[in-house]
Amino acid sequence: MELTINGKVHQVDVDDDTPLLWALRDELKMTGTKFGCGAGLCGACTIHINGNPARACLTPIAAAKGAKITTIEGLSDTGDHPLQQAWVKHNVPQCGYCQSGQLMSAAALLANNPTPSEKEIDSAMSGNLCRCGTYPRIKAAIQDAVQYYNASEQQEKQGGE
Amino acid sequence: MTDNTNAISLVDRRRFLKLAGVSSSGLILGATLPNFQPAWADIAGTAAKDKSAAPLNLFVSIAKDNTVSIVCHRSEMGQGIRTGLPQVVADELEADWDLVEVVQGLGDKRYGNQNTDGSRSIRNFYTTMRTMGASARTMLEQAAAQLWSVPASECQARKHRVHHSASSRSASFGELAELAATQKVPAEDTLVLKTPANFNYIGKPVATYDTPAIVQGKGVFGQDVILEDMLIASIERAPVLGSKVASVDDSAARKISGVVAIENMDGGIEPPLFHPLAGVAVLATNTWAAMKARKALNIQWTDTSHASHDSAPFIETLKQRVQQPGKVVTKYGDVASSLASAANKHSATYSVPYLAHASMEPPSATAVVKDDHCEIWACVQVPQATQQHVANALGLTPEQIKVNVTLLGGGFGRKSKPDFAVEAALLAKKMQRPVKVVWSREDDIRHDYFHAAAASHFEAAMDDDGQVTGWQQRTAFPTISGTFANGVEHPSNGELSLGFADIPFDIAHRQCETAPAEYEARIGWLRSVSNIQNAFGVCSFADELAHLRNRKPDEFLLELIGEDRHIDPNQGNFEYGNHGASLKDFPLDTARLKQVLAATAEKADLSQKGDHVQKAGEGWGIAVHRSFLSYVGIATKVAVENGRVAIKEMHCVADVGLAVNPDRVESQMEGSMVFGLSLALMGGINMEKGAVTNSNFHDYPLLRMQQSPKMSVTLMGTEHAPAGVGEPGVPPVAPSITNAIFAACGERIRDLPVNKHLQLA
Repeated sequence: MELTINGKVHQVDVDDDTPLLWALRDELKMTGTKFGCGAGLCGACTIHINGNPARACLTPIAAAKGAKITTIEGLSDTGDHPLQQAWVKHNVPQCGYCQSGQLMSAAALLANNPTPSEKEIDSAMSGNLCRCGTYPRIKAAIQDAVQYYNASEQQEKQGGE
Repeated sequence: MTDNTNAISLVDRRRFLKLAGVSSSGLILGATLPNFQPAWADIAGTAAKDKSAAPLNLFVSIAKDNTVSIVCHRSEMGQGIRTGLPQVVADELEADWDLVEVVQGLGDKRYGNQNTDGSRSIRNFYTTMRTMGASARTMLEQAAAQLWSVPASECQARKHRVHHSASSRSASFGELAELAATQKVPAEDTLVLKTPANFNYIGKPVATYDTPAIVQGKGVFGQDVILEDMLIASIERAPVLGSKVASVDDSAARKISGVVAIENMDGGIEPPLFHPLAGVAVLATNTWAAMKARKALNIQWTDTSHASHDSAPFIETLKQRVQQPGKVVTKYGDVASSLASAANKHSATYSVPYLAHASMEPPSATAVVKDDHCEIWACVQVPQATQQHVANALGLTPEQIKVNVTLLGGGFGRKSKPDFAVEAALLAKKMQRPVKVVWSREDDIRHDYFHAAAASHFEAAMDDDGQVTGWQQRTAFPTISGTFANGVEHPSNGELSLGFADIPFDIAHRQCETAPAEYEARIGWLRSVSNIQNAFGVCSFADELAHLRNRKPDEFLLELIGEDRHIDPNQGNFEYGNHGASLKDFPLDTARLKQVLAATAEKADLSQKGDHVQKAGEGWGIAVHRSFLSYVGIATKVAVENGRVAIKEMHCVADVGLAVNPDRVESQMEGSMVFGLSLALMGGINMEKGAVTNSNFHDYPLLRMQQSPKMSVTLMGTEHAPAGVGEPGVPPVAPSITNAIFAACGERIRDLPVNKHLQLA
């Protein structure tokens, strides 16, 4: 089967019911997407399918056929997505295991809503568990990235005038 | 710091090494270690880039390109140790942090203790790391002196170069490395450590080393190890302790494509130690096939004596037992008379359920066994114990087992038990192929080494003035000792040293006792261990007394603690552990405890308001606790409305001594608050017929972002020696919450978790 991941077409030879998570991790050796619960309860495996956040552990590859899949490896070329920069600035990760999923959920949120309220951040991030307890910093980093987004948008507008 | 203090800390280090059973020459500065192999050489590219890098000592190698490779010999599980320890070395070395590469140490007893537990990496290795850095720096200066034919005393290392100011010459560390490695290793007592005023990195919030990799998904955890030709194992394990496989029908499982083999795992051993549990392993070419086929297994298990264990009635039994006279642990004065003659008395019984670690990364280990050699890649907190236990299982020696420690996706004590690495080694030997054992979330929650379910009981005698004159406390919980020996039913001194026999109250008549508790499931260390139930009981009961006497909780606590003094819990005829440190170096100092308490109370705004109740339905609670040689206070504000409780604010005040990396100390305290919130509000493992009924995050929930309150962390006491950080933030969290709930609505929650009594908003 053909899968389009981070702009590249990959061939995988697995059963149709195989969750995308295991196709990514076992077949394509893309281990940035993590296995946390296998039941859509923790968000560690969050990826984007056509720009929307999805749990790779519950997405059979058959359902991902023809879709545009983005994983943490494809969030940016060099780790400079505004959220990645904000994560570094706020020193967000502790163990780091859940952070791929946190970043992907946050990125989907900002892509669809560049000015989320605190409530909207809570809601968008409520599916992503962090046992280390980095929630306060994740929230601060998202809010920081929001400002960055808006500032650069403002600049673009001004530049255009 | 004066030279004198430095000399003292060097003496202390030798004493520590002696205590740890490592001779000073074992952890040498010196030995140039021709066979030194940086860890991870094979998989992650984090080994010294330049293989010809010159080793200056066990922890420091320098390459010609100026890269300084520093070994971190402790496991990284989110506490930031791969930054904290190397930043200490780099500081003493005068290295430029931007040119430092952190190399993960293999399991190797030359490093000394590698058990990353007990909140002790910094407190036990701070001086060692400084010594390693200073030794390497001195060797670089000696090399420069030789090169320029000048006295070494005129050569000075500064920011990755050695300078000779008289002749205005300088050379980079890289240029000097090879010559430095040939220098005589300086005697330890000749080393001059830097004065704190000259620290470049110690005490500074150096950015976490692994963060850039982690935000790109490039961190390599135990679950992420991939070897050529590797099989994945998913194991169905015995649901009840001691049970073995009676029979298995694997005909359906074998039909699933990708399945290569199905193997029985021996087990059912008691005491359980770190042995694998009995089970049936499905080995497949991919994880999904292994998991699917495992579900198709039909296994019958042998019966065991633990199959009648039900945790809910067990906790009720423990609560009954702690209300009866028990085995005396400590005794001050005559508590029986003081209770008999008291004008007022109060008593209460508390309980905490079994808890699971639930680190975000379920355990995983990968092994290759070839002839008389085994190599392991695993997210373990204990690489040397892993060597030992894998060696025992394979009939090899620990030196024949190479253990590569990956990043740990959380540990919290679960990954101190290398049972999963033993599973991988046994299967790899059987298959003669690399095998990765992948634990699922269900495996992790059902087959944990649980935090013990516990009950505790308190009785206080008070005189007419409201002074507490007598204090009786009793506890019962299955001891971790039961993991290592059969038939142990009372807690060890180690467990009782965690906030039970060392309560810091100045009460003339005081007695601590234990009651028996059967060992029915694997029990292990969970972040802060029995401090959890001990602090919950002590801080709740003190709060109950305060309210009973109509006193502000913080003022009442200050009175209970009494005068500034150093407490010696050994005086109660008890052998006190003090977290492995001496009371001389790390006294139980009531002045520090009271300072933390006062600062916490200020955060809670208790003192200004003159009333702990702010407005109807809102309340503040506080708790303060010393553990792992650190003092932590938590102030929590809750709102209770229509029987639903919301956590509004939480503040942490921590005296952990010198914070080597204050940002990571703060993050550990933030994490401790979240960890404590999870266990207090919603934590609880339930067992029926000896088997865990929880399975995943829907029935073993953890705190989520929208439930996480606004929080702050304040550090104090940084003039003291560094103490524990990873765990001491947890114990006071639960009682601060339940105390706040009482203040808000008058409901006293004595049995955790909170959501058994009130809904969570």
